[in-house]
Amino acid sequence: MMKLFGTLIWRDLSHAYGFGGRGGTRRGGFILPVIFFLAVATIYPFAVGSDAQLLARTGSGVIWVAALLAAILPLDRLVQPDVEHGFFDQWAVRGFSEEWIMLAKIVAHWLSFGPPLMLATIIAAALLQLDVAQLRTVEAGLVLGTPGLAALGVMIAALTAGLKGGSALGGLMLLPLAVPMLIFGAGSVLPGGENGLLLLAAASLVLVAIAPFAAGAAIRALRE
Amino acid sequence: MLSCLVAPTCFGLCVTDMGNLSSLAKGESSEGAHIAAENLACVRGEKLLFRALNFACEAGSALHVTGANGTGKSSLMRLLAGLLRPYAGAVHMTGPLSLSDERLALDMHWTLGHALGFWAHIDDADKAKIAAALEAVDMSDLADVPVRYFSTGQRKRAALARVIVSSTDIWLLDEPANGLDAASVERLGTLMQAHLDDGGIIVAASHQPLPLAHPIQLPLEDFRP
Repeated sequence: MMKLFGTLIWRDLSHAYGFGGRGGTRRGGFILPVIFFLAVATIYPFAVGSDAQLLARTGSGVIWVAALLAAILPLDRLVQPDVEHGFFDQWAVRGFSEEWIMLAKIVAHWLSFGPPLMLATIIAAALLQLDVAQLRTVEAGLVLGTPGLAALGVMIAALTAGLKGGSALGGLMLLPLAVPMLIFGAGSVLPGGENGLLLLAAASLVLVAIAPFAAGAAIRALRE
Repeated sequence: MLSCLVAPTCFGLCVTDMGNLSSLAKGESSEGAHIAAENLACVRGEKLLFRALNFACEAGSALHVTGANGTGKSSLMRLLAGLLRPYAGAVHMTGPLSLSDERLALDMHWTLGHALGFWAHIDDADKAKIAAALEAVDMSDLADVPVRYFSTGQRKRAALARVIVSSTDIWLLDEPANGLDAASVERLGTLMQAHLDDGGIIVAASHQPLPLAHPIQLPLEDFRP
């Protein structure tokens, strides 16, 4: 089972980062959320003005909003193509549990957007005039929060995999469920908001715990 | 060893034969592969497609599921593969099986060799096995071509290569000859016969004749409600 788990993560990562597929064009899905994320951080100062204090006060919130929206971008590529091309059928024929497959997808999805986003946050923090302490808190929040966002993304992607226009619906479904993490994540950067990180970790943990089961059940229901 | 029972009229009706069939299905699990359906019924979209379907296939035999479009050939394949729950009845079988249906399950943007390598890794097959499978479906020269460039017939052959790589006893093939040219159909026949000679089982659903000498026919029309 561990070998399968590793193989699935490797496959999803090679789709996201575009290694492994010699010759053919690559999906290269990781770059789009990062560009989107940096674009938001870049245009925000143009919209609100270059007042350093205002930027420093609101910048961490903008980073969280951008991170949340960037996490939605790859939703339609997470589960739907594998359902359509029969991969889930083949895994089921071999007796693999949908829960493990979904956990592998969550890990792979997090690896494909979490670390790149955290690296991009360093650049975004410079654009938004955050100081080092703020940057440290935002990065800590992203470390704790992005696994929850990944789990939520895979869960929603599985729930909407059989629907036409599922990605638009997926975005709508994800936003309200992600609001607690946005509140705790952005709140943790405010003065006296350190406990927000604990609540963020708790919210993230709950999502990581339930998502494989919800997503697995959604895939099984899709077969009937 | 060549024993495969299909008796639509009898098994559907008489209870004693039903008992014999299920004991056969369970009793011979120790030697050789087998797959059997017991009193199987399938409902799709609130419509009963077939009912009281019985068959038993032993090692070395092939079953040809026939029927017009919409009679439930593909549904039967998914039932046998365990992807659908039977409305009534049960499926008995030994060991793992391989399924080839209209879904290719190969990564479109990967080369054929690479896409097969993914399944070979999961199924514990080595590189030689991939090369042999590609040779068997006459696609050795296409190993470095991305799957999305393939034609219908080539995709069908690629799916067959995936089935060969996974080296299971039971093959479930849904329309294996669709889109194949004459030479490929002939090669498919050779491949299927070789698998049967190795003690394998083939259950194939197709509205065309199969390139096999004596497949046992299972017309789904006989099991219509």
